[in-house]
Amino acid sequence: MTRKLTASIAMLLIAGLIVTDYIVSPPNPYQTPSIVALGSGAASAGGFCGALPD
Amino acid sequence: MTAVADQSDFQASTKRPYLKRTGLILAALATVFVVALLVGIRYALMLSVGLGFGLVLEGLRFGFAGPWRAMILRRDPSGIFAQLFAIAIVTVVALPLIQASGGELIGAQAPVGFAMVAGAFVFGIAMQVVLGCGSGTLVNAGSGNPIGLLALPFFALGSFAGAWNLIWWTDLGSLPIITFDGWSGVAITLSLLAAVAAVLWRLAPTGQWSVPGRYWIAALIIAALALANLVIAGQPWGVVYGLGLWAAKGATLVGADLSGSAFWAASESAERVQSSLLNDYTSLTNIGIMAGAFLVASWRLNGFSQKLPKLPMRAWVATIIAGFLLGYSSRLAFGCNVGAFFSGISTGSLHGWVWFAAAFAGSIYGVRLRPLLGLEARQP
Repeated sequence: MTRKLTASIAMLLIAGLIVTDYIVSPPNPYQTPSIVALGSGAASAGGFCGALPD
Repeated sequence: MTAVADQSDFQASTKRPYLKRTGLILAALATVFVVALLVGIRYALMLSVGLGFGLVLEGLRFGFAGPWRAMILRRDPSGIFAQLFAIAIVTVVALPLIQASGGELIGAQAPVGFAMVAGAFVFGIAMQVVLGCGSGTLVNAGSGNPIGLLALPFFALGSFAGAWNLIWWTDLGSLPIITFDGWSGVAITLSLLAAVAAVLWRLAPTGQWSVPGRYWIAALIIAALALANLVIAGQPWGVVYGLGLWAAKGATLVGADLSGSAFWAASESAERVQSSLLNDYTSLTNIGIMAGAFLVASWRLNGFSQKLPKLPMRAWVATIIAGFLLGYSSRLAFGCNVGAFFSGISTGSLHGWVWFAAAFAGSIYGVRLRPLLGLEARQP
């Protein structure tokens, strides 16, 4: 067995994660932020490693 | 798979590599296009940034755990010099930009505390045990490293569990968030980076090291991508939050109740667990890193030819435990080598510097522990 097997498993797992999530929580392409945050006028609101909940 | 099958695959790929490579490029472009169409252009851009990180980290063999190991074992500071160089570039652009953005951009700023320091120390140990940090574990998994592949799901579970208890740990004692802002922050950060570089240079054997060209190139591209991450998403490059979110989504899917956690029950966390994973910037860059590493390994004519290692059982058990600890400890430490060390320092957070010191101390023990756990044949 070579790394071809493990790399394929990794990609299948990621694809499975995305597809499952897409079915359970479909994104809404009509509610998207501006293309770039800088200059958008909107406060940054994404989840981040350093963020504590308010 | 048999040796004969491996041989025929290799011969087929060497005969028509351009077909395979064209297919890889088209697949990557098509994926980004589909995300732009179904999710939004900003999210497609973030996936592209993640792909870029993966391509550079795997393609130029640039990382974090490996260079720290080289410094500890051989006093070779070349890889860390490249890391410091990349951080310096981001600092010069990011700090003034964040200050002028009026809240559109935020830094990776977090408090220093008891749990934060202990978390960084444990992360340093664990990342040397599996020889993969936050980004490194993603790259390793994407390129077919079985250690990285096994560690990754436990990393995600650990991140979820660490976030679950984060408020309790933080309440043990933390300073207020201390930051170096604007141009004065640039001056302070560059001075500290230069001081660290000077110490490493003094520790290195005279004339025994040089920074390879690929490291300088990788550092420049990584810095550009990190700045793109900040400008597009409004937040710096991170890894750990996204992994914890994946586990939280999985837990919810199987019926787990997250209301018992102050972190996951908070309104913004609950909203992100309910939202699409493709709306989460950290998840998108994480996916991109894995896919980018896979693309590079596929692009190489013998990228997947390496046989899987035959390791003792204790090595696999150690990988599972270390993977979990990577996730748990990095939530307590407010980030991994990416979110705390790279992004924390480059966006002016004191916790990035404290993380660096604590994780490097932990790495010294991790390097010693790795051979004892059967993860390498040769003693350091």
